[in-house]
Amino acid sequence: MAELLHLPLDELHRELGGKMVPFAGYDMPVQYPAGVMKEHLHTRTAAGLFDVSHMGQVILRADSFKAAALALEALVPVNIAGLGVGRQRYGFFTDDAGGILDDLMLANRGDHVFVVVNAACKEADIAHLRDNLPEDITVEVIEDRALLALQGPLAEDVLAGLNATVREMRFMDVATVELAGAECWVSRSGYTGEDGFEISVPVGAVEDLARALLADERVLPIGLGARDSLRLEGGLCLYGHDIDTGTSPVEAGLTWAIQKIRRTGGDRAGGFPGATRVLSELEDGAARRRVGLKPEGRAPMREGVELYAAEQGGAPVGRVTSGGFGPSVAGPVAMGYLPTALSAPGTVVYGEVRGKRLPVSVVTLPFVPANFKR
Amino acid sequence: MKYTEDHEWLRIDGDLVVVGITEHASTALGDVVFVELPEVGTMVSKGDEVAVIESVKAASDISAPLDGEIVEVNDAIEDTPSLVNDDPLGAAWFFKIKIDDMDALDDFMDEDEYKDLIE
Repeated sequence: MAELLHLPLDELHRELGGKMVPFAGYDMPVQYPAGVMKEHLHTRTAAGLFDVSHMGQVILRADSFKAAALALEALVPVNIAGLGVGRQRYGFFTDDAGGILDDLMLANRGDHVFVVVNAACKEADIAHLRDNLPEDITVEVIEDRALLALQGPLAEDVLAGLNATVREMRFMDVATVELAGAECWVSRSGYTGEDGFEISVPVGAVEDLARALLADERVLPIGLGARDSLRLEGGLCLYGHDIDTGTSPVEAGLTWAIQKIRRTGGDRAGGFPGATRVLSELEDGAARRRVGLKPEGRAPMREGVELYAAEQGGAPVGRVTSGGFGPSVAGPVAMGYLPTALSAPGTVVYGEVRGKRLPVSVVTLPFVPANFKR
Repeated sequence: MKYTEDHEWLRIDGDLVVVGITEHASTALGDVVFVELPEVGTMVSKGDEVAVIESVKAASDISAPLDGEIVEVNDAIEDTPSLVNDDPLGAAWFFKIKIDDMDALDDFMDEDEYKDLIE
């Protein structure tokens, strides 16, 4: 196995008592002394600081933002060229079979496209961009910046203490903001279902910025454990679990991310890998759907639990792709795939846990209402 | 108090053995969110998986440390799983087991031996 990579804030995580585990090739804090439960609840009521520097940051440049965006649209079924300056969107790379290669964030930063991709996929994503974009598009991998996320209802107040201009940002705005004396690329977004910010900061300034944020008593450091339970309650997909090359965007319920202009009848319909399948599923639906799953009892249903239509007999009809305990829900929560006929909210199916089939209801996602500043 | 390699503690209570998990185990598990206990009256063999404990992180099994009969279980930890974190050596006992051969307890670690194991 390759040696684990260390985050720029590795020493700070250890100083804070972070319990380090391998994740996507990095030595990452899974929790701090407060523990997953308290970290999760603190993020929902105050503010949590996450180190997401393992994620990939990439700049795409051409003669103009629009030229780079149009080129990228050949790989991503999203209206990127239509993004206003200082705006960001969620998207994904599709493959020729209409599966999902990775999910990502795309921003219009004036003269270039700024892309943030998952750590586990970043090498493949960068190769995919280099192999498939025209030669006049430059793919610049940003190695000299860390990425922090400050999430929670008090994130705005906390960050405004360092630079008040962040108060003017709305959900999915991006801006260049000076924080801790450094030029930061800030977006009003995150992956917890809460209001908050993601901050791309030069490596040389990340410790000062992190310490300045942690000096605010409203902020706790948050590990991967709570990041996972927060995004699960938020109904957000984790790549490699809820979505992968075996799931299409329509099956995954990510149709909201494919704007009209990229669909059949739109001005820039199709033109991305797997478009035939994705466009036809947008019209006719898919055979299965990602759903929210609320176990009726108290036993968590984790990834891999098989789902059955009946309490006895029959073959599995689906599977849990993410599941655990939701601290804000105060009970077990899960997501998984079911045949479309069984995907309506209120449908009861059975998850097999330790040889027993336990009832679980299909529910509307998210489990916890999103708290974005629109 | 005796200890198993699976981080259970055993306390003799008359002709019964009370079983729980150690503070080391409860800390390592993290916030406990679900406990499933055996039925009273179950005859168990040493090594049988008799209880389940789930934390925010993962599920673990609690195995029977000895052959015997489950004669009492602690419903309080099914109702309030966080007790396992708050008081693992006291209020959060798991079950009481009636064993035929009290001498079998001699095979388990004492406190000093257990401390050596976890350090």
